[in-house]
Amino acid sequence: MNFRNLTLAATGTALTATAASAETMDKGDVSFMIFSTVMVLFMILPGLALFYGGLVRSKNMLSVLTQTTMITALVMVVWVIYGYSFAFGGGSSPFWGGTGKLFLAGVTMDSMAATFTDGVVIPEFVFIAFQMTFAAITPALIIGAFAERIKFSAVMVFTLLWVTFAYFPIAHMVWDGAGYIFNMGALDFAGGTVVHINAGVAALVGAIVIGQRKGYGKDMMAPHSMTLTLVGAGILWVGWFGFNAGSNLEANGGAGLAMINTFTATAGAILGWTIVEGSIRGKVSLLGAASGMIAGLVAVTPAAGSVGPVGAIVLGAGASIVCFFFVTTVKNKLGYDDSLDVFGIHGVGGIIGAVGTGIFTAPSLGGVGGADYDMVGQTLIQAQAVGITIVWTAVVSFVLFKAIDMTIGLRVSEEDEARGLDLATHGEAAYHN
Amino acid sequence: MSAKHRENVVKLIKAILKPFKLEEVREALTSIGVRGMTVTEVKGFGAQSGHTEIYRGAEYTVNFVPKVMIEIVVAADVVDQVVDTIQNTARTDKIGDGKIFVLDVEQIVRVRTGETNEDAI
Repeated sequence: MNFRNLTLAATGTALTATAASAETMDKGDVSFMIFSTVMVLFMILPGLALFYGGLVRSKNMLSVLTQTTMITALVMVVWVIYGYSFAFGGGSSPFWGGTGKLFLAGVTMDSMAATFTDGVVIPEFVFIAFQMTFAAITPALIIGAFAERIKFSAVMVFTLLWVTFAYFPIAHMVWDGAGYIFNMGALDFAGGTVVHINAGVAALVGAIVIGQRKGYGKDMMAPHSMTLTLVGAGILWVGWFGFNAGSNLEANGGAGLAMINTFTATAGAILGWTIVEGSIRGKVSLLGAASGMIAGLVAVTPAAGSVGPVGAIVLGAGASIVCFFFVTTVKNKLGYDDSLDVFGIHGVGGIIGAVGTGIFTAPSLGGVGGADYDMVGQTLIQAQAVGITIVWTAVVSFVLFKAIDMTIGLRVSEEDEARGLDLATHGEAAYHN
Repeated sequence: MSAKHRENVVKLIKAILKPFKLEEVREALTSIGVRGMTVTEVKGFGAQSGHTEIYRGAEYTVNFVPKVMIEIVVAADVVDQVVDTIQNTARTDKIGDGKIFVLDVEQIVRVRTGETNEDAI
């Protein structure tokens, strides 16, 4: 779909349609993709759930676990009903996939979907399921911004509307052959724009609209379990191999490249954050290491299939260091309460990763770009893709947050916020001593 | 017996200690004949100050220091011996070693048998 078209175009080779009889479905590719899909689910449950959960106070732990679980279920159902169609339905609009595959109409277990290699296919159901997990994790990322004060019903309504008007269109624009951003030639291997910038910007808007937690800056709001946060971070890293390598759609050298980049960028990012933190603060923290880890994973997401492993180290470390300064200094200066730093890590990391993809894909820096790769040109295209994503999602998110606030309300009462969302909203406690 | 006569017979000793001293103190007390105690995990501050934690640039000052509190009920005639034992065992000569309080117990009842006063210690 994506990068392969660019290299072929650059070398002057026309893309020819292959006859259906030349299509091969390889069982290795299928098992790889099934495994990758399940790995992305693992990233959400319990990966993201625990990563976020450990960072909030214990009275709100269960609310994070519940929101993550419920968002996953809701989006998966929506995906199968209309999400897949809106994103990949085969329509020719640059902004929308159309209604051709509502309720997965026409898709059977024998239906095949293309990969990046001519003639190599995977079952369409596998592709649908793989993309479904991406659609589910993206809104789940956003909840970190308004944790500890959001109304549960608002989360569910926002999720439903946001995936409809922000996620599905942007997924279509970036990843579908008819998509607007795809046809600009932008590179986004596994979702730096579609998932991370998208969620990060929505989170920023949400944090600003909903306002700070009561007692922000005064009360003790330290993570209640750094242990669980690290468990979640570890699961996220492991699961991310499904996210990145799986985005190759086949088990070949491209998947191998995406895999090794998912190691090196992350390792570089952990070192980057912790070395800077250690130098400034005098202490290396586990939260810093885990945050660096995620920042690196986010940054390599758009780049995984086209940068080299050493370039990935630099990309990861660079993104991570910028994220460090953003979450420790810039955020505090600007005064908004993005509780779990969704914008600071997914947004900022995604922006750097997406733009950096244009730089590090260059063959001179170890990337897969051809001899005539235009680094400046590609980087500008990347920046445009980032800009479009930011504007689209910021506008949609703002409208949705405001509309929900004016109707059902975004925030729980002050009393419920003080009591904790677990008891107030769910009538349950995460822990009993 | 009049209320005034009963007043000084049973004492409650509360000692707030550094947590790592608990085992040592328990052993010292059982070796002088103390047959039971209640332990609570508490936090507090006195001369000893708390600490700072930083999470992604958000700095939190934790003013309270974790301690343990032991409560022992003893007969009045052994109070001094018990207090001395606790103090000598728990002392590290650094701030935050803790405090010991001695209170009067108005009544004490053993739940299993209904015994009261010194019989219930």
